[in-house]
Amino acid sequence: MSFHPLMAYDDRFHKSERKVVDEGPAFEFTPQRRATFDDIISKYPPDRKRSAVLAGLYLVQEQAGYLTGNGMRHVAGILDLTPAEVEDVATYYVMFFKEPVGKYVLQVCRTLSCALLGAERVTEALSEKLGIKVGETDASGMFTLLEFECLGACDRAPIVMVNNEHWHERLQPADAARLVDDIRARGAAAFNGCHLHVENS
Amino acid sequence: MPIEPVLTKYVREPNGFSLDFFLKHQGYEGLRKALAMPPNDVIELVKASGLRGRGGAGFPTGLKWQFVKKDTPLPKYIACNADESEPGTFKDHVLMERNPHLLFEGCLIGCWAIGAKVAYIYIRGEFYHVQRVLEAELAKAYAQGYAGKNIMGTGFDCDIVIHRGAGAYEAGEETALIESLEGKRAQPRIKPPFPAVSGLYNCPTAVNNVETLCNLPPIVLNGAEWFTALGPEKNGGPKLYCISGHVKKPGVYEAGMKTTLKELIFDYAGGVRDGHQLKAVIPGGSSVPILLPNQLDVPASFDDVQKAGSMLGSAGIIVMDETTCMVWVARNLLYFYKHESCGKCTPCREGGDWLHKILTRIENGEGEMRDIDLLLSIGGNIAGKTLCAFGDAAATPALTTVKNFRAEFEAHVREGRCTLPADWRAARMPVAAH
Repeated sequence: MSFHPLMAYDDRFHKSERKVVDEGPAFEFTPQRRATFDDIISKYPPDRKRSAVLAGLYLVQEQAGYLTGNGMRHVAGILDLTPAEVEDVATYYVMFFKEPVGKYVLQVCRTLSCALLGAERVTEALSEKLGIKVGETDASGMFTLLEFECLGACDRAPIVMVNNEHWHERLQPADAARLVDDIRARGAAAFNGCHLHVENS
Repeated sequence: MPIEPVLTKYVREPNGFSLDFFLKHQGYEGLRKALAMPPNDVIELVKASGLRGRGGAGFPTGLKWQFVKKDTPLPKYIACNADESEPGTFKDHVLMERNPHLLFEGCLIGCWAIGAKVAYIYIRGEFYHVQRVLEAELAKAYAQGYAGKNIMGTGFDCDIVIHRGAGAYEAGEETALIESLEGKRAQPRIKPPFPAVSGLYNCPTAVNNVETLCNLPPIVLNGAEWFTALGPEKNGGPKLYCISGHVKKPGVYEAGMKTTLKELIFDYAGGVRDGHQLKAVIPGGSSVPILLPNQLDVPASFDDVQKAGSMLGSAGIIVMDETTCMVWVARNLLYFYKHESCGKCTPCREGGDWLHKILTRIENGEGEMRDIDLLLSIGGNIAGKTLCAFGDAAATPALTTVKNFRAEFEAHVREGRCTLPADWRAARMPVAAH
């Protein structure tokens, strides 16, 4: 129904990007992750457990690969929050994946300093090599391609972060396709890290 | 004027980040000296040094600490802002990775000065490789009695907690950082009350940038006079400059604030790429107005850059040569701001999106002449009309590019395309858009 006489309340007018959360399989932290999480919670005042919610969500993502509804509910249960409160936080931050991603998530910095040195070309080259658009996962389930905002290593542009963790600096557009092959062959050993300014100068 | 590096002296030492190395080079001596002083004397010392916050606003640190409410039963906190996200800024990245103990020492001096028992270091989620260095070194500091209970046998107890963010530019705003530390969305609070009165967990909190805290141990060790002598009046101390973009040697450079922007770009960073000319410089991270090549002969201090018509901000100097299309620059940065807007205030949330849409239209050659003034109108309606400084930051790239390069915008509209040579465009821009 519509509250406006000329506006139908359907997908012609009501367009929301919000997706219903993927519930995923039943979820419980492994004993080791639960211990890690309890340790993190203990660093905050006892009545402020909520501060550990980001840490909890990282652990869910580590275990399940992405943030599932059941995973978020598990965190909510431990922190005495409602599932909605946890989802509210989870959907704000860009480093949490809300749907399944590939084994290697390539996060190309696209902001000015990297873009000045060809980051848009890097994304294009990766997109062409993998046959996917930004935001998609390739058919083999090996790679997801994302664009990220300034990663804070502008002197080593263009820069790519992988899986929120590994870095590859000064990736030239011409080398992007080779990097994909290198990751297929050597995994995380293919990344050159983020230390050039120290070692090479 | 080159100075002897203070903060980055040992960043290139292979083992320079370790506790052993740090202890051999006056490590934790500043803290030892501070703990022998009454807390109020430490605040007075920092006030006398004139140390200004290195995060962007340049607010005097001693004053900030003085505002922290002392006569309260509530606990007090230091929140270290390590959410370095301003485009073009990467100084804290280097400091934390290569000199973590200097940051810990600074945190502890800050805690002693304001009477806090815990310092939270809020590090951006993308810096996980840095966080692992911090955590490993913090564990060593705890094990050897430089953090935790009874620090260096003085009876002072203070914890340091490293808190990982999860990707939000807005978390760099001090009240948004506090919200995020509390486990909520990183959205700013209404001020007042300022964090010094009611911050983290509604307790008095001082939010300080990494580089600011790293300046404390040398100030305590060498005194306020040494610090002020390193730079122009009210702009003392060593400063880290991040130079990126079209320069030969991008990187982090330490200098006094008497050094001019020209010297930084041409002497320190080697100047623009061979065969190219300088076109424009963003001197303090993407949120500040552009300076033109003839405006660069000013000291890179908070006050002088402001007089030149921009801001020193986070000292993220982005250099652009003549191959750069300014419409493209504005669109690139507005995409950033529309993406990162926390959505709390309507002018920023809606205005940023519209600025980006209009800039995309102009860049694609579908713009009209009136769109250029529309950019100025929308920008003017965002700046100063939001809870935090993000609104001003988001409007600036559109306003400053139109102000300085209006002819380029008009050429885009008139010609229906970018008028720069095709091979320059091809190096950076989506071919489809041109």
